[in-house]
Amino acid sequence: MTSQSLTIILFLVLVAVTLAITIWASRHTKTATDYYAGGRTFTGFQNGLAIGGDYMSAASFLGIAGIIALSGYDGFLYSIGFLVAWLVALLLVAELLRNSGRYTMADVLSYRMRQRPVRTAASVSTITVSIFYLLAQMVGAGALVALLLGIKEGGTFLGMTADQAKIGTVVLVGVLMIIYVTLGGMKGTTWVQIVKAVLLMAGALLMTVLVLAKFGFNVNEMLGAAAKASGKGQEFLEPGLKYGKEVPGDAAATLWSKLDLISLGLALVLGTAGLPHILIRFYTVPTARAARTSVNWAIGLIGVFYLMTLALGFGAAALVGHEAIAAQDKAGNAAAPQLARELGLEYGGDVFGSVMLALIASVAFATILAVVAGLTLASSSSVAHDLYANVIRRGKAEEKDEVRVAKFAALVIGAVAIVLAVFAQSLNVAFLVALAFAVAASANLPPLLLSLFWKRFNTAGAVAGIYGGVISAVVLVTFSPVVSGKVDPVTHESASLFPLGVDFHWFPMENPGLFSIPLGFLCAVIGTYLSKERAPEKFTRLEVRALTGAGAE
Amino acid sequence: MATPTPASSPEEDRFTAMGASERFVTLKRRFRGFVFPMTIAFLLWYLLYVVLSAYARDFMGTKVFGNVNIAFVFGVLQFVSTFGIAWWYSSFARRRIDPLAEEIKADLIREDAR
Repeated sequence: MTSQSLTIILFLVLVAVTLAITIWASRHTKTATDYYAGGRTFTGFQNGLAIGGDYMSAASFLGIAGIIALSGYDGFLYSIGFLVAWLVALLLVAELLRNSGRYTMADVLSYRMRQRPVRTAASVSTITVSIFYLLAQMVGAGALVALLLGIKEGGTFLGMTADQAKIGTVVLVGVLMIIYVTLGGMKGTTWVQIVKAVLLMAGALLMTVLVLAKFGFNVNEMLGAAAKASGKGQEFLEPGLKYGKEVPGDAAATLWSKLDLISLGLALVLGTAGLPHILIRFYTVPTARAARTSVNWAIGLIGVFYLMTLALGFGAAALVGHEAIAAQDKAGNAAAPQLARELGLEYGGDVFGSVMLALIASVAFATILAVVAGLTLASSSSVAHDLYANVIRRGKAEEKDEVRVAKFAALVIGAVAIVLAVFAQSLNVAFLVALAFAVAASANLPPLLLSLFWKRFNTAGAVAGIYGGVISAVVLVTFSPVVSGKVDPVTHESASLFPLGVDFHWFPMENPGLFSIPLGFLCAVIGTYLSKERAPEKFTRLEVRALTGAGAE
Repeated sequence: MATPTPASSPEEDRFTAMGASERFVTLKRRFRGFVFPMTIAFLLWYLLYVVLSAYARDFMGTKVFGNVNIAFVFGVLQFVSTFGIAWWYSSFARRRIDPLAEEIKADLIREDAR
């Protein structure tokens, strides 16, 4: 049996299992709390797994392994930011949010504010972050599955060309996520994420053990082999091949390039605790203490996983080699599956090679499905609970109608995401994940922290902070080199969203965080002082609820 | 002039009163006294790592043993500190936050039932 048909069989098994879970979950989803928060019945451990499943996207599994495989140490910079970020969530956000909100991020933001303007703003930024992230995942999914199934440009698969297969994949992923979310709600989505987290950890562990065994469990030897095979020598093991590059003879360009690295680091570490699809996960457990436990499990799982990606990335560099990885995919996204195949071949010949490739391909597929489902759920919850129930119906909506609107919103958002992803298929959209983190860090985190900790904070401040953060992040990125004017120095092709020749960029960095995060905070503070609104008693009540859990659902 | 606010409910009044109580102020001080300095500390520690990665490449490339350089050691220490702070906070919260928070919550709920 070929690896391709084995991969397809495993894909189908995965789809069947997740659909069965969804149908089971739909029978146990009756109330709004079931739909939005899985009935708040998950344990800390289960939710920790689901957080891992929600958070470790294809960008972290395939992307970081790929960056390490091609650019060495710099991929590790990404992992560290993604991990340390969880301390912000643990110390400042998770428990307080769990105690004071019900279903969405806006519940906490609007607690002591005027509901309608704050919820509208929070909904706008929730949908912005989720759509950017969703688009990156779905466009990636198309390219990835084509890659994993080994469909080359010009080749065919079941009578489809590579482009048709990519579009087919995007539609399939989109339809599946709509089904998970509309039928299974938070319960179904959570279990899909738990299944994915277990598969991902198991797959990564298997590969890590096989890689390390190749080098006699000697990390030092693996690093040496990777550096040698990379053709870059010791530089491969040091920061600087990808981020914060030195531009010889151009001090200004070097300065911006290094600030860009710091800007990326800031967005990674401050973005996580502002990602709506992560925040709503804290509502699925019964108590704040369970929310704490779930973050602890998530930190453990995510940390161990990122340590394993070191072995995968450097292992791929050593065993598969730079040329083979770059030939398969410029960004190195195929490095992990290529490594799986190589390991299989070395340990058990052709058959085991096919099995390993199929296994890891399915893990990657599961990874995408779980993340897109979480994003669709977060944005549809915000549309239904914030926009429909509280802005349009002013808090007087029937629970049944609210859930119906949520399902309809999931359908519409899913459909829009499919269409956008199909059109964006040939575009360079890898920057969208970093942009989603930047918007989350600039627009969501400042108002969230200020509303939990600053007595004077008010409606005008929250609204100004959210819109200010969204606008500054999006505008800076629009006029940055990721959208126009960046040329690949080797291939002389466009490395931006827009094709060669279009260049309207004036912002010198690819990551806006260094400017947009302080701007978000600044807008929130200025907005606050421009308004006379004060509600110290409401703040006190929020504090009592948030810290003690009294009155929490 | 302050905008007129609707009269608060008895339940809201109890929460407001609890917010001024000595027990709650103690709870709040303990919580903030831990999480604020800790957040500043780990953010500075992380930024130090990022800044060194950007500007002190020779230092980061210094070999410690074999092929393992300071950049790797520093990176792994970020993992260690993250695990450590998560553990530290959880044990702190279990000892110093949870019992008092539970007590206050129980009082608020008991009064509610009255």
